[in-house]
Amino acid sequence: MCVLMAHVPDTASAVKVGPGGDRIDETGLKWIVSPYDEFALEEALKLKEAHAGSVTVVAYGPERVAAGLRECLARGADTAAHIAGGDAVFGDALAIARVLAAAVERLGPFDLIFTGVKGVGSDNSLVPAMVAEFLDLPHVSGVVKLDVGGDGLTAQREIEGGYEVVESPLPCVLAAHKGLNEPRYPSLKGIMAAKRVQIQTLSPAELGLDESGLAGNGARCRWRSLELPPAKAGGAILDGQSDPVGAAKELVRLLREQAKAV
Amino acid sequence: MGGILVFVEQRDGVIRRASLEALSEARRLAGAAGVELTAVIVGEQVAGLAATLGKYGAAKVLLADEGRFSRYSPEGYSAAVGAAVERVQPVAVLMAASAMGRDLSGRLAARLNAGCLADVTKVWLEDGRVVAQRPVYSGKALATVDGGEGALVVVTLRPNVFAVEEVGGEAPVEPLVIGETPIRAVTREVIAAAGAELDVAEADIVVSGGRGLRAPENFSLVRELAGVLGAAVGASRAVVDAGWIDHAHQVGQTGKVVSPSLYIACGISGAIQHMAGMSSSKVIVAINKDADAPIFKVADYGVVGDLFEVVPAMSEALRELKSGG
Repeated sequence: MCVLMAHVPDTASAVKVGPGGDRIDETGLKWIVSPYDEFALEEALKLKEAHAGSVTVVAYGPERVAAGLRECLARGADTAAHIAGGDAVFGDALAIARVLAAAVERLGPFDLIFTGVKGVGSDNSLVPAMVAEFLDLPHVSGVVKLDVGGDGLTAQREIEGGYEVVESPLPCVLAAHKGLNEPRYPSLKGIMAAKRVQIQTLSPAELGLDESGLAGNGARCRWRSLELPPAKAGGAILDGQSDPVGAAKELVRLLREQAKAV
Repeated sequence: MGGILVFVEQRDGVIRRASLEALSEARRLAGAAGVELTAVIVGEQVAGLAATLGKYGAAKVLLADEGRFSRYSPEGYSAAVGAAVERVQPVAVLMAASAMGRDLSGRLAARLNAGCLADVTKVWLEDGRVVAQRPVYSGKALATVDGGEGALVVVTLRPNVFAVEEVGGEAPVEPLVIGETPIRAVTREVIAAAGAELDVAEADIVVSGGRGLRAPENFSLVRELAGVLGAAVGASRAVVDAGWIDHAHQVGQTGKVVSPSLYIACGISGAIQHMAGMSSSKVIVAINKDADAPIFKVADYGVVGDLFEVVPAMSEALRELKSGG
C-alpha cells in the first residue's frame, strides 16, 4: 500500500502574507501531516495489521516534509520516499499529481493508494482523482467507511445529505475523509525505530519529469497574489445577561429589519 | 476564443441548485466575452431536465442520457463531459464545487491535461485567461489564481456564492455520443443520512452548536432554532470529536467550509480552525456567555448571555414573526 502525504501549516496557526505577496509567510510556522492524510495512513496501517503487506509513504515538497515522513514512519509505515522539490509547481494540482503518479509508478506496484480528501493548504481536493486518472486506476474520494476483501473493495463516500456505496476492483486510489477511523499516536518505540529508517530521496528529474516543463499543454495554475480576507468592523453586541429574552427579541428584530437575513 | 461549457449536476432527476449558480455565472462570463454558452447534463432519463436549461441562458444543451450514467461515477462522467469538451472546444468548463463536482473536476482535468481552479468565489476572463479568486488555508487567506494563457481550465464554483438568474429562453438539446469507457468504481447504492438533513455546505442558513451546549442532548436547542429558520445544523470540531454529532455537520478547516447568508454560532468560542470555515458567511451571529470569546470579533451581531435562555427565546420570537405575530 502507498500513502501520499501533504505537509501543511498547523490548522491552529494564523496565516500571514509573505514578502512576495503571492504565498504565505512561512516564518515561525509549525508544519503538520495534513489531518486527512492521518486518516489515510491509519487505514493503510489497519489493513496491514489485518492482511499483512507493507506501507510506503510518499511526499513531494521541500526539505521540511522529511519530518512529516519521519512522523508517518513512527506511526508504523515501513518505508518512506521524499520527492524533493515542488516550488516551481506550487499550487498547481495537475503538476503535483503528475509527479506523485510518477512516484507511485516507480515505487509500486501497490494494491491501494491512499491519500487525504484534501490537504488543508491550497485546498484543491484534486490530487487523488488526478493521480488515479494519470495511473489509469479507479478512485473513490471522501471515503468514510472501507471494506477490502479478495480482489476488490466496498467504500462509502460522503456526499450531500448521505453516502454513496461504491465497489471497485484493486488497485484503487482512495481519498480518506474524517470519520474513517481514529488515527493512532506514534509510540515511543515507533519513534525510535523510525529514526533508523532511511528515507529514499528522489527528484522529479529522476522520475523522468522536468518540473519547469510540467506546464503540460500550457495550462498552469499560478498563484498571482494572496490577501487576507477583509477584517470585519465591530458588530453590534447585545447584553443578554440581565434580560436574555429581551436581547433575543432585539437580535431577531435586527436580523429582520437591519440585516434582512431572516 | 472558445465558448464556455457548464456541467449541470442532477441526482434522482433533481438539478442541484449550485449547478444553476454555476450556469448563471457562466452566462454572465459568456455574455461579457461574447462567446457561446453550452450546458451538458449526464444521467438516465434526464431529457426533461435538459430542456429547462435554456431558461438560465444556455444556448445549447448536450445530453448524455444512458443507463450506464444512472448513478454518478467519476470515470463514466469524466468520459461524458470529456466528449462534450471535444465537441465544443471551450476555453473553460464550469461546475459546482459540490461532492460530485469536486470529485469529477480532478478526474476530468487530468484526462484533458487541463488546469483546475477549485472552489472559487470569484471568476473572470482577462485577455483570454481564466482568472479566479479562491479561499485557501480554509478561508484564512484568498488567492488570486491565473489559469494560464490560451489553455483549457476546469473551474468549480463554491455553492451559495453566485446568484441564480433566470433569463428566459429555450435551448436546443443535442444528444452526446460517448464511446466505450471503463467504469471500474461503481456506485451500487445511495444511502440518505439519518433524517436526510440539509447539508451545511449548501444551506442558506446554518445554526451551529459547540461546547457551550454542555451535553449532546442539548443539540435539541440548536435543532429547534434551525427548524424554525429552515436551516442546516452545524457543529464545532470539539463536539464532533466528542461524538455528540456526526462529522458531516462539522464546520471548519477539518470540516466543511461554508458561506451561508446567515451563520448563527451557539456556544462556540471561535477557534482559528472553526472561524476559517465560516468567516465568509454574509451575516454572522454569535451567542456566547463569554464576552471575550474570539467569535465576537467576526460577529455582525452578538448576544453575551446564556444560550440556554437566549436560543429558545430566539426560536420563540422567530416563530411569532413567521406566523405574522
